Amino acid sequence: MSRFTFGGDEHIFVEVAEAMSLEAFFASLSMTNAVRAAEIEGVTEICPANASFQMRFDPDQIHPDALMDRLRLMEADAAKAEAKLDTRIIEVPVFYQDPWTHETLMRFRERHQDPNGTDLEYAARINGFDTVEAFIEAHSGAPWFVSMVGFVSGLPFLYQMVDRARQIKVPKYLRPRTDTPKQTVGYGGSFSCIYSVRGAGGYQMFGITPMTIYDPKQEVPYLKDFMVFFRPGDIVKWRPIGSAEYDQMIKDVQAGRFEPRIREVVFSLDDFNADPDGTNTRLMEALYAD
Amino acid sequence: MPINVISAGIMTTIQDLGRPGYYHLGIPMGGAMDRFALRSANLLVGNDEGAAGLEAVFLGPELEFTEDAVVAVCGAELPPKIDDVEQPTWTALSVRKGQVLSFGFLNLGARAYIAISGGIDTPPDLGSRSTYPIGTLGGVDGRALQPGDSLPLGISSGKATPGTSVPAALRRLPGSQAELRVLPGLYWHRITEGAQQGFFDDTWTVANEADRMGYRFKGGRQLEFVPREQPYSAGSNPSNITDACYPYGSIQVPDGTEPIVLHRDAVSGGGYFMLGTVISADMDLIGQLQPNTPTRFVKVDMDSALSARKNRSSMLDGVRETVD
Repeated sequence: MSRFTFGGDEHIFVEVAEAMSLEAFFASLSMTNAVRAAEIEGVTEICPANASFQMRFDPDQIHPDALMDRLRLMEADAAKAEAKLDTRIIEVPVFYQDPWTHETLMRFRERHQDPNGTDLEYAARINGFDTVEAFIEAHSGAPWFVSMVGFVSGLPFLYQMVDRARQIKVPKYLRPRTDTPKQTVGYGGSFSCIYSVRGAGGYQMFGITPMTIYDPKQEVPYLKDFMVFFRPGDIVKWRPIGSAEYDQMIKDVQAGRFEPRIREVVFSLDDFNADPDGTNTRLMEALYAD
Repeated sequence: MPINVISAGIMTTIQDLGRPGYYHLGIPMGGAMDRFALRSANLLVGNDEGAAGLEAVFLGPELEFTEDAVVAVCGAELPPKIDDVEQPTWTALSVRKGQVLSFGFLNLGARAYIAISGGIDTPPDLGSRSTYPIGTLGGVDGRALQPGDSLPLGISSGKATPGTSVPAALRRLPGSQAELRVLPGLYWHRITEGAQQGFFDDTWTVANEADRMGYRFKGGRQLEFVPREQPYSAGSNPSNITDACYPYGSIQVPDGTEPIVLHRDAVSGGGYFMLGTVISADMDLIGQLQPNTPTRFVKVDMDSALSARKNRSSMLDGVRETVD
């Protein structure tokens, strides 16, 4: 059972589970979808998170207790809904061990657990990988769910679609950095992220993507409809690229020629739980079929 | 005809009532920290309550008018001057073409709201002119004012009556000690009963890290956590949770030491537990707290929060009647 609680007189906060899991994420996503579909008067914002969600409401339009009661009823219905999602899978190119995040991580070395190595060397070692290359293979092998978009403008948090034993775990920096390059691919706890804008950050830095994911001016062709690229429920496949391909892609993005590879897919949690690797293989087939 | 920015103060931004609807993508509502003051200033100059004005922190800007206008300054006691002659706050003031609006020293509060008849007419982003520098949205090219900027104005309604004032009883500013009412909740159960008590008993002071994203407080006792095995997806510090959404006004206490109250430009989520939320009726007041202000958090229940909200809204009705 979820835990329902008020965030002041304008928010209801629902914790589906204390720990992250695909089940908790799906329960949160299906509840937020159900609440959105119900178009409850007075509800102004619906925000899904990893294993929880929150909504904002206007207590002048609906009494907090009335809304809380209604949500509890909806939870029972949402639990019955099949854990199935019409979504999209997106290939995101990543230049691991790039010079920009390298320069930044050297600058903030005294705030790191391992002042003598790099973030990737540290993450590989504590997760039992012999080499950074093997670690990158694990990070970029199986796909990831966008479990939450937020913190700041359009920043996606991602959770890898592998069983618990294979999940990568890396603590955040001991003290947060005051700088992170834009489009850094980061890691903290059991989540990856992409920094949508330059700024402070505490996640380990693994690489950088040339793909613009937040464009307030909406000049990038694939962000013409909306300035934020990611949505909760998107599936992401990292593809390692080198320096030459990175430079070319940056030129393509700037010239408006870059189009991310995106395919529509249906994801079923039951199918995934029955056969995680087989499900991921079929997702890759859908992504690269043509 | 625009307004020319001669100097910009410390941090003067264009703000309206914000852009709700995108918090689930990490774009906060933004808008005036003291919404009551912005609404009052707009009402005095004959604007829609949600028109864009200026939010000036601690120090006022210097603005040259290139057409006649009516202005009003509400919120902090930051005395306006027209061609160097001091004028009252919370009052509709006539400014002639060629005159300069400047400000004296701050007496009380932290943020002054400057409304100008017609409203500031910079291009909106996602339905709002509010400045959100992190996301480069609103304002002047997504940033705070700079000297040399010129601010376009909308068309004045002509409804303002210079000399009209908001009665003193309807103005709200912090005293020498501030009180913020809090509804406990969210991850309240994560701290011990002693810590729950201590949080409300202690007097905190506003830290220097106090801005549109959030206000930090210091000086109270460190909070003690109920022991638990941390969920694997949360950090190892007992104040960590699996990353979740942050309500506006929610109070997070990283490492149990310095509470941070998130405000209009909040980060939308993260991995710190929250012990409760400042009620909506007291959010405006936070925007008027200066660093070092002693502050008590006062525990309330939902009924008190809702009646405080009603009270605030009837005060706004009072301002509306004043200008009618």
